[in-house]
Amino acid sequence: MRIALFITCVNDLAFPATGIAVTRILRRLGHTVDFPADQTCCGQMHANTGYRAEAMPMVRNYVDVFDSYDAIVVPSGSCTAMIRDQYPRLHPPATSVAARTYELSELLVDVLGVTDVGAEFPETVTYHPTCHGLRMLRLGDRPLTLLRQVRGIKLVELGDAEECCGFGGTFALKNPDVSTAMLTDKCARVRDTGARVLAAADNSCLAHIGGGLDRHRSGVRAVHYAEILAETGATS
Amino acid sequence: MSHPVAPATGSGRIRTPLPFPTAAKPAVADTQLRANLHRATRTIRAKRARVVDEVPDWEALRDAGSAIKADVQRRLPELLEQFEASATAAGATVHWARDAAEACRIVVALTRAAGADEVVKVKSMATQEIELNEALEAAGIAAYETDLAELIVQLGEDTPSHILVPAIHYNRAQIREIFQRRMSDAPADLSDEPAALAEAARVHLRRRFLSARVAVSGANFAVADTGTLVVVESEGNGRMCLTLPETLISVVGVEKLLPTFTDLEVFLQLLPRSSTGERMNPYTSMWTGVTPGDGPQDVHVVLVDNGRSAVLADPVGRPALSCIRCSACLNVCPVYERAGGHAYGSVYPGPIGAILSPQLTGVADNASLPYASTLCGACYDVCPVKINIPEILVHLRQQAPHPPAERATMRVLSWVMRSPRRWAVALRLARAGAGPLGAYRERRTGARTLRRLPWPASAWTRSRDLPLPAPQTFREWWGKQ
Repeated sequence: MRIALFITCVNDLAFPATGIAVTRILRRLGHTVDFPADQTCCGQMHANTGYRAEAMPMVRNYVDVFDSYDAIVVPSGSCTAMIRDQYPRLHPPATSVAARTYELSELLVDVLGVTDVGAEFPETVTYHPTCHGLRMLRLGDRPLTLLRQVRGIKLVELGDAEECCGFGGTFALKNPDVSTAMLTDKCARVRDTGARVLAAADNSCLAHIGGGLDRHRSGVRAVHYAEILAETGATS
Repeated sequence: MSHPVAPATGSGRIRTPLPFPTAAKPAVADTQLRANLHRATRTIRAKRARVVDEVPDWEALRDAGSAIKADVQRRLPELLEQFEASATAAGATVHWARDAAEACRIVVALTRAAGADEVVKVKSMATQEIELNEALEAAGIAAYETDLAELIVQLGEDTPSHILVPAIHYNRAQIREIFQRRMSDAPADLSDEPAALAEAARVHLRRRFLSARVAVSGANFAVADTGTLVVVESEGNGRMCLTLPETLISVVGVEKLLPTFTDLEVFLQLLPRSSTGERMNPYTSMWTGVTPGDGPQDVHVVLVDNGRSAVLADPVGRPALSCIRCSACLNVCPVYERAGGHAYGSVYPGPIGAILSPQLTGVADNASLPYASTLCGACYDVCPVKINIPEILVHLRQQAPHPPAERATMRVLSWVMRSPRRWAVALRLARAGAGPLGAYRERRTGARTLRRLPWPASAWTRSRDLPLPAPQTFREWWGKQ
């Protein structure tokens, strides 16, 4: 199976560790991962802010770059949702590649049939299901199923987990007061858990929540759950 | 041959006087308001979830509700004519109003013709939308709201903050204060116990019910094949208004139609569970024209367009007309919970308001509302008629006028990101540019984040640290392998 990694623009620039983690997990499981260098961005920020015409070149670029792969793995629920939910409507030729695009936990659990990726991570972790993964992709329990198999991990439940953190792409900039109010509540729920690590499937939401946690010096680290799945306990 | 004319947009209380972020700011800062909204929305949300879970065929009911409403939208003109014919045959008089002003003129004229200088009102979003109370007052006619929450809002000289719970933004101490200040017959020793407050309102309203000769209502549903109007309520005040007065004037949005009486079977299951979290609402009143010797002997129906034809003309935005005003989307919306209803300007707040109001007025007149959402999708999940609110929000954002600086930024980003070569260069430049700063921040604070940035990035750094580009991009890491 030819698997390609779509790293997403935010991860490429600010959170490369997530892509490195996905690569390590898949290689450890015996798969070859391609990283087509011509990829850029899924266009979600443009499309969701009301700039469909400006998003279209990115939509077409994604189809050109990834159409020859059997599976494309994306370590972001919201970018996967953009591709799977919006692409077929915006650009019908994208329908087939959109159907072969998977969020990491979908690829592992549904396509590769793996729930134990051989990870070890002795920390207290709480998990925030991000909105697009939760309600557009219906990821359900998949990321937690993977995390539960991690050796040494202590998973603690997050209160009001299914409530939006207030990021919402450009919402965080256009409505800073409401966004901050939602963030404050989310950070409080995270701190209530006593966890030292907050995991999620979207680095953009994590940048927002993590930025709020850092601002209040909470000592909680925000990481993409792929980074937990990549840990094996061996010093790297 | 004449060119087709775009349907007229609506008027009334459906425009935001201030942009949503500006109007939300004081609400977010009001801790009492935040606490009231938090408690109320969470209580109703939990109740709704419980009673919806009991229904094994809930998804099938949602599909049925959605399909019936889509059918109504496909053949609205035909169904409206059928309703007019059925209602007229049953003894009602049907009037047509293009906009808010015309609807108000009709109701004022009918009230005057009945020789009345006061009306009692059943809670109705349509009459709030057309600002009927204000129009009646200007004509020297007193309008008395009889729904408890609407009464509180009216006495407080306020506007509703929620579709179902107009006084959601008040707690009981605040309600007691409003009653003591504005309700002349409130007992001097009125306590803030809910039962005492309700009793004071009951005594106050009883006189109004018994003296009023004209009632004004809306309708939850208007059935085309029988000409029947339906009002669903909880307090019995609606039943009093619909049976005691001699004249009944019902103001109904044209989208409220259902093709047949049996379609009510679906909606009378969907509505109470979605709105109040009840299995069945306490009062469902139905009236079909005039019944000699029973109830109002003069019945008028004012069918209001007020921008609805414009909504109907847009195939993507059209499902907003399926809304049955249950307010489940408000109660589940994290943005509504923090900002409250007044921030939305229109009588339709929350997620449904964010798609309905801009469509009724034209998006340019309500340009901030489609952005008053994180697109989290919780509203779509609870909508009993499956309105894909996030999809319509994104659709309306395409039509919204964009700020020039934002448009320029988006165009530059699109130009960079459409070319893999330009994107790779931009990543390298951004990483290199942030290099020394990132290293400095990492030494100082242990994290590559910024704490304070000038406008417009201050919108981010006011409440959260901003991550800086990593020392090496992912593609640089990949290239080195």
